[in-house]
Amino acid sequence: MPAVAETLETVESLARSGYKFGFETTIDMDVAPKGLTEDTIRLISARKGEPAWLLDWRFAAFAAWRKMEEPRWARVHHTPIDYQDIHYYAAPKAKAGPASLDEVDPELLATYEKLGIPLKERAILAGVQGANVAVDAVFDSVSVATTFRATLAKSGVIFCPISEAVREHPDLVRQYLGTVVPVADNFFSALNSAVFTDGSFVYIPPGVRCPMELSTYFRINARNTGQFERTLIIADAGAQVSYLEGCTAPQRDENQLHAAVVELIALDDAKIKYSTVQNWYPGDAEGRGGIYNFVTKRGLCRGARSRISWTQVETGSAITWKYPSCVLEGDGSVGEFYSVAMTNHMQQADTGTKMIHIGRDTRSTIVSKGISAGKSDNTYRGLVRIGPRASGARNHTQCDSLLIGDRCGAHTVPYIESRNPSAKVEHEATTSKISEDQMFYCRARGLSQEDAVGLIVNGFCKEVLKELPMEFAVEAQKLLAVSLEGSVG
Amino acid sequence: MLEISGLAASVEGTPILRGIDLVVPSGEVHAIMGPNGSGKSTLSYVLAGREDYTVTAGSVRFDGADLLAMEPEMRAAAGVFLAFQAPVELPGVNNANFLRTALNAIRRARGEPELDAVQFLKLARAQSKALAMPEDMLKRNVNVGFSGGEKKRNEVLQMALLRPRLAILDETDSGLDIDALRIVADGVNALRRPEFSALVITHHQRLLERLVPDRVHVLAGGRILRSGGPELARELETRGYGAITAAAA
Ligand SMILES: Nc1ncnc2c1ncn2[C@@H]1O[C@H](COP(=O)(O)OP(=O)(O)OP(=O)(O)O)[C@@H](O)[C@H]1O
Ligand SMILES: [Mg+2]
Repeated sequence: MPAVAETLETVESLARSGYKFGFETTIDMDVAPKGLTEDTIRLISARKGEPAWLLDWRFAAFAAWRKMEEPRWARVHHTPIDYQDIHYYAAPKAKAGPASLDEVDPELLATYEKLGIPLKERAILAGVQGANVAVDAVFDSVSVATTFRATLAKSGVIFCPISEAVREHPDLVRQYLGTVVPVADNFFSALNSAVFTDGSFVYIPPGVRCPMELSTYFRINARNTGQFERTLIIADAGAQVSYLEGCTAPQRDENQLHAAVVELIALDDAKIKYSTVQNWYPGDAEGRGGIYNFVTKRGLCRGARSRISWTQVETGSAITWKYPSCVLEGDGSVGEFYSVAMTNHMQQADTGTKMIHIGRDTRSTIVSKGISAGKSDNTYRGLVRIGPRASGARNHTQCDSLLIGDRCGAHTVPYIESRNPSAKVEHEATTSKISEDQMFYCRARGLSQEDAVGLIVNGFCKEVLKELPMEFAVEAQKLLAVSLEGSVG
Repeated sequence: MLEISGLAASVEGTPILRGIDLVVPSGEVHAIMGPNGSGKSTLSYVLAGREDYTVTAGSVRFDGADLLAMEPEMRAAAGVFLAFQAPVELPGVNNANFLRTALNAIRRARGEPELDAVQFLKLARAQSKALAMPEDMLKRNVNVGFSGGEKKRNEVLQMALLRPRLAILDETDSGLDIDALRIVADGVNALRRPEFSALVITHHQRLLERLVPDRVHVLAGGRILRSGGPELARELETRGYGAITAAAA
């Protein structure tokens, strides 16, 4: 049998048991009844102890959402989603917001330990876990723990659950919430605005370089529950922050909805680096189950010379619909998008970015690496728009697809709109396959088929992986190997 | 010891090898010569385990084990190394990383401890130096943008690092400058030991002068038509294959 075909078979047989994070945590939950009405929204808002302005904001979003329809332009297919058949709130039963890590339910701590997420500050400080990362852990609809808050507070950095920020820092939240992704931006952002539950809030004061990496770890656990997280990151003038996001979910036969909104704001000379390793449960080999990942992520480079950089490694989810974008408003601001999207079996990904050049001398870079295996479908969709004021704007797009086997699909859909003649926009695209020759060459040197595919795929993604913070890059490499081969690394 | 008997193989239904008998005892270096298209590379691929080559008859034993029953990576672990006539490019894959992965896979299979990046680089640098190869070859992507000669040198470097027990060199000397030719010969000679054997496919007497094979075989039309000592290579150099193939026809 030709090596590639055999590899695919190995991949398939192993992948059935390949998802390492498919376990479920048994814990007492406070769950809202299924369905979405104004009462649901009232319940969420009440559970979070929100002020009236936010409840009104949610109602406005809900009203807008009811008039909207699901987008149909993406190259993805799924059976209709019954929005009344979902729980919109699920939280582990506990004292609302544990005051310290010692009070976090041991069952939850165990869950995060199993996921490899360090929630114990002392262990990290003692160098046991190595990484210097502060973590906000979001379990279904609530944040269950945020580490290193005291350390961060010393430099004036605010890092907390957004529900807490609404109470503790209402002016900041009110000033920025919904300014980058307006409530009615799209169907899923409107839904999120109406029912969002938790997520992280970050504020870096002027001139401060955040002393450690910040990260949020999202875990969907409850059955039939949607996760609607909301993240808001503000880097004030001259501030810098690197933020990481990871996600997993149990292995189940039914689909679950994840519709997040992430907003980033960079003022003058500020820098935000946002990295994602997305590993939601992808469904099984036949396409049963898996997360519908319908996410709106956008960064606003509001200040001059500000910089926002998105790096994503997308290996999970049954369907990914996601376009982390940059609005380059400040003169000389820079937007970057580095993406690896890998699909296997029946997974579908329609992902890419938008670079909206508004200010003068704005620059953007797009590097997209799509890997398709099995019967999956992988689309890059990207928009580069140069506005009339954006003199001297530059964009470079590099879009590469790698096919493994001949039952998968790869598509590239670039949109370029330039309204300024001095702008330069470059687009390059390639499609390649892992050849029998490459496989044989590697195997003749002693590499197993899994190692060979892993090596070639990692080589293909190198430009993107090197943008990730170190610990994440290693994790991402392993994840790519696992998602392709199923052999747990 | 490599024992090939009655080996026949076809590619996409076309028979290429038509009954090959060949024994390479441990410690010996044998050369295979023969006209273009006679099946030399096919033989090397079949020995290394390329799957689109179908073995239709015969057997191959390597140290008594049934080589044909093994996956390519198992053969590599057992000590078989093929220096490709046309080495393959692996874009984005760092040469040092590739070599270390290969070496560690083989070490693992042999039950030896793996080498970490630092240990490996020390070894690889020493090897490149011994073979007079530029060190930057380790930093580049596997064979990508390598010149023809550089690709062949890279094969020799891999061989030196993996230290096979059976090295099959498929025209590793073709396209090499005079210095590089010496590198190939030195590379093989450095591996010579009682438990090492080599099958050197070449069109040129020049390499064999430095390597001094124990036996020389002429492969034509998928069969070994003649075998002899090193003098056979000299004879072929002056007289060509005409007499041998005509006699067989
Ligand atoms: N995939 C293939 N399909 C059909 N014929 C093939 C295929 N691969 C090789 N052949 C044929 O098999 C024969 C032997 O090829 P092989 O590469 O083994 O020759 P060789 O002796 O190595 O020649 P050279 O000295 O030119 O390297 C040739 O006639 C070649 O065209
Ligand atoms: Mg050949």
